Amino acid sequence: MAASASDNAQQKTGAAAIALDQVSVAFRLAGGGVYTAVERASLNVADGEFVSIVGPTGCGKSTLLNVAAGLLAPAAGRADIFGVPLGGLNRQAGYLFQADALFPWKTALENVAIGLETAGIPASEARPRAQDWLKRVGLGSFGDRYPHMLSGGQRKRVGLAQVLIRDPKILLMDEPFGPLDAQTRQIMGNLLLDLWSADRKAVLFVTHDLEEAIALSDRVVIMSAGPAARIIGDWTVKLTRPRDIAEVKLDQAFHALHREIWQSLKAEVIKGYEQTEGG
Amino acid sequence: MSRITLILLQILVAVVSIAIWYVLTTYPVFGKMVLPPFFFSNPLDVANQIVAWFVSGVIWKHLWVTLIEALLAFVIGSTGGVLVGFWFARQPRTAAVFDPYVKMVNALPRVVLAPIFTLWLGLGIWSKVALGVTLVFFIVFFNVYQGVKEVSPTVLANARMLGMNERQLMRHVYWPSALSWMFSSLHTSVGFAVVGAVVGEYLGSAAGLGYLIQQAEGVFDVAGVFAGMFVLAAFVIVIDMLVSVVERRLLVWRPVAETRA
Repeated sequence: MAASASDNAQQKTGAAAIALDQVSVAFRLAGGGVYTAVERASLNVADGEFVSIVGPTGCGKSTLLNVAAGLLAPAAGRADIFGVPLGGLNRQAGYLFQADALFPWKTALENVAIGLETAGIPASEARPRAQDWLKRVGLGSFGDRYPHMLSGGQRKRVGLAQVLIRDPKILLMDEPFGPLDAQTRQIMGNLLLDLWSADRKAVLFVTHDLEEAIALSDRVVIMSAGPAARIIGDWTVKLTRPRDIAEVKLDQAFHALHREIWQSLKAEVIKGYEQTEGG
Repeated sequence: MSRITLILLQILVAVVSIAIWYVLTTYPVFGKMVLPPFFFSNPLDVANQIVAWFVSGVIWKHLWVTLIEALLAFVIGSTGGVLVGFWFARQPRTAAVFDPYVKMVNALPRVVLAPIFTLWLGLGIWSKVALGVTLVFFIVFFNVYQGVKEVSPTVLANARMLGMNERQLMRHVYWPSALSWMFSSLHTSVGFAVVGAVVGEYLGSAAGLGYLIQQAEGVFDVAGVFAGMFVLAAFVIVIDMLVSVVERRLLVWRPVAETRA
């Protein structure tokens, strides 16, 4: 039973979707000197697993996500995607950004279809599939609208369709629902869980909202306040699926876990505030 | 303010201004003419001149020449501006090398170039086109350069994550962004194309609105000068309206900016 060596080169079966090993990220400051954003962070996301990173504002959560996306090269450590070291952009990942990232000069339909068209699929085939995805995110009749004609929540839905239509194996999300109001966030959370449960992709979800993290994830990872942020805690969420974001928050187990994680997060949040507010 | 009231008030301004002009150039105040007709003509003479031009049809030839000059200046100037703007924005090293010279040429008052262009290109339309090009080119160039440079980093990162290669980035991100900046300066650049044409004609030519004004001035025909100015103003307003229509068609994806109340 000699396992073929060629398998290892492509994709190790059972290898984690994302494996960050002792990753450090440093930025050169304008006035000279170096700012270490993340220090020796290690994190695994298994295939099909939904992991959230929670931490105080400015702790380098997004930095870590950008390393996994291949948008940022770590100063030290390594990032493996399905067992293969990441060099350059992560082609297996879809990325949902915090800020508006839709192309303002394209309609909603064109925005969704573009991810297929870049892969060489002709527009005649990409458009109907894009329309189908718009329907799945509840915007079936909004295809001809330009982004500025859509609400913040609708833009996020288009963004979600734009990323998912390419069927990435990994989904990276950087506080995607951050700018939305509480109601819309909840609706978007449920939509995300719905779409995710259809074919479980590995998800790395960054947020500063602990409740949102617990309600969505299989695992919650806590980061310390920056600079030189580290990963300081890792909790498994044992709530049953499928979940409804609003209902799961009434669960006893949810409260117990929330209290437990908050105990360790609190100190870091205060530290983070002192650094950013108090100077 | 309703639309009709607005238009009525706008017309009122014109009527009052022309009435004041008429009264002050026709009736003496305390035995003295406030606006001597020799220097200020009067609305009736000016109107007669304009009507005469249109009735005899001479004006069409001059309007046509000015229009062609402005159009050529606009097309050539913006094509050059787009190409060079793109090139500089994507090649920062080239941009850095040429930077002082671009600033130098742009700082030069274009009117001083007119005699040179006349020497090089003669009294025909091309010396006027060249003058217009030097005005249009820099407006479009700076806008396209800015447009390519200031693509939102998030949109760019998103495009990369969606698998775009350099060519696709050009087509789907840089190009539309640069175009939107170019079109936002459309009014200015079209206006400058007309300015270039008219100033060029004024300084030496055989046809065009600038020529018409210059000829009238040469024989102290003030009514002719004013008539030329009014025709020129109407001409520019019509072109500006056309630009607005084009702009609205091309920039549908843009949030509507409240530019006019």
